Amino acid sequence: MRKYVERGTCRARESDYDMSRIEETFKRLSKGNRKALVGFLVAGDPDLERSERDCRMALENGVDVLELGVPFSDPTADGPVIQAAGQRSLAAGTTVATVLALAKRLRRDFETPIVLFGYVNPFFNYGYEKLAKDAAAAGVDAFLVVDLPFEESGEFRVHLDAVGLDFISLIAPTTPDARLGKILKEARGFVYYIMVKGVTGARAGVAEDVAGHLVRLKNHTHLPVAAGFGVSNGNQAREAARHADGVVVGSALVKAAAENRLVPLIREIRQALDCKEK
Amino acid sequence: MKCVECNTVPDANGHFGVYGGRYVAETLMPALIEVEKAYRAAQADPAFESEFRGLLKHYVGRPSPLYFAPRLTEAFGGAKIYLKREDLNHTGAHKVNNTLGQAILARRMGKKKLMAETGAGQHGVATATVAARFGMECDVYMGEEDIRRQAPNVKRMNLLGARVIPVTSGTKTLKDAMSEALREWVAAVDTTFYVIGTVAGPHPYPLMVRDFQSVIGIEAREQFLELENRLPEMVIACVGGGSNAAGLFYPFLNDAGVKMVGVEAAGHGIATGQHAASIEAGRPGILHGSKSYVLQDSEGQILNAHSISAGLDYPGVGPEHALWADLKRVEYSGITDAEAVAAFHELSLMEGIIPALESSHALAEARKRARTVGKNGAIVVCLSGRGDKDLESVLDYDKEQNSEVRIQKSE
Repeated sequence: MRKYVERGTCRARESDYDMSRIEETFKRLSKGNRKALVGFLVAGDPDLERSERDCRMALENGVDVLELGVPFSDPTADGPVIQAAGQRSLAAGTTVATVLALAKRLRRDFETPIVLFGYVNPFFNYGYEKLAKDAAAAGVDAFLVVDLPFEESGEFRVHLDAVGLDFISLIAPTTPDARLGKILKEARGFVYYIMVKGVTGARAGVAEDVAGHLVRLKNHTHLPVAAGFGVSNGNQAREAARHADGVVVGSALVKAAAENRLVPLIREIRQALDCKEK
Repeated sequence: MKCVECNTVPDANGHFGVYGGRYVAETLMPALIEVEKAYRAAQADPAFESEFRGLLKHYVGRPSPLYFAPRLTEAFGGAKIYLKREDLNHTGAHKVNNTLGQAILARRMGKKKLMAETGAGQHGVATATVAARFGMECDVYMGEEDIRRQAPNVKRMNLLGARVIPVTSGTKTLKDAMSEALREWVAAVDTTFYVIGTVAGPHPYPLMVRDFQSVIGIEAREQFLELENRLPEMVIACVGGGSNAAGLFYPFLNDAGVKMVGVEAAGHGIATGQHAASIEAGRPGILHGSKSYVLQDSEGQILNAHSISAGLDYPGVGPEHALWADLKRVEYSGITDAEAVAAFHELSLMEGIIPALESSHALAEARKRARTVGKNGAIVVCLSGRGDKDLESVLDYDKEQNSEVRIQKSE
């Protein structure tokens, strides 16, 4: 088992030696010339027990970073698959607190970075400061909040910084250069590049200008970049990962979990990512 | 009551005090910044102003009358009741003031297509109307439940060349239509201008819609001054998202002697939980791109609103209203479905004006306040729309009530 430093509730990262799980993961993969598979599942879908089982399967079968989706009643950036998963999860009684408890249970057995992924209102309602502390105590590594852009995220970022958690920044194809610089200056952990203009969900191909945008991004940051939105199989994952450090797979994993074929899909994607180009 | 803070908002990022802002996916941020820049440029351009004013006059039919309602005044037994007749606008409601402004802006920005969400269908019709007027394509997102409740407006939008896209998620009402419109806008952001119908949503919409609707209050203030040579004691408007109220109130903010009342939909009653009273019964939260009062559960999940009036059936409210409520510059109260329907009938019988169910909430509040304001005073009520679209809802409601009464009697 890899050694990692337990990060308590009130300890910020103190030195370069106290590397975060996210940094360590990307560094290790990069050394092996491999790409990260960032896997998204909705916490509590269809209920907490089965969700925990799915998360464990994902973590045991090659997911390098786990994004745990915190369900929200009005997910304005999600397509039908994640919308439906969120509804199932809410119907089963999932709350921010039960997601934190799930993260804590997973943390006991895994050192894979865990990112809580959600919409701002349930987090705002929980209280940013308390949430940052409770998440750190649960072994969560970072937050990604879809509808909390740079201008509005300052208050939450301060509290996350205080406990050494990362606030993952999203970059879209529509983000202009000047704005890119501003966002990336404050970015932590890794950068999430949204490959398509649209909501989450499977698409036929990978958007065309991805390579150019990823190169543009790389000029502004030393952080690893994971590309997501629309990746649903091994071929798309390999294509998307070509110019990135990792690839995010969301809706496709959620769908596969619901259809009891999570492990085969993760293995397919893992294999495609690890297969060296000729 | 003066309101210093009221005059200094929003800030550069669209904050009204702690409310407002831009809480959207990064993909939309550049588009919102672009809309804001275009709007600021348009404001500074006399050509924009003159085209907007010209169309308000010749196309919408402004100024709308400020009508003294003598029989209603007598029935209420107190203050003189004046009605700001937004129901007489082209398309039958105040909504067109805003869609016209946004359509002119969209054209300046080179957009060829408009999209909108709609609840009662009034904003959808108003957007479809200006899209036709400017030769633009138009998609309107509307909850399936509202399509059922507001069938005549769906037909109108189709006649005007718009596509009405049924939204089947969630409660199938305005909240879900707006969520779906935001999702679709993300995908079409290069070519499409999103015409938001109320003072909610991300910056700059709350500011922009308030400005376009301010024509209501500017006219009402001038007209009242001309008729009575003073200002009214009270102005009242209904509040769903709050655009007609913001438009009426804003020009009166600095008139310390003018009391303002925003009327939310109390549905079956606040205590039942079946209502749309975000300010009275909600907590600060974030919905559809801005921070404001939101109906939500203990976990921050958005609750379903209820109102007989589709236009008020929304679990949020514009951020500037949230600020006005906190500063106590505007008082917010609730009117139930039953009270609104009674006011609907009363205005129809007393003045020969069939009001929209939304506006009926404001009328019902005026009835409660008339005696307190007193015979020497006057109340201006925003009659935000006409009620033709609501005939079926009201007749159904009356039928249900009558059958309940019969059942109770037979018991």
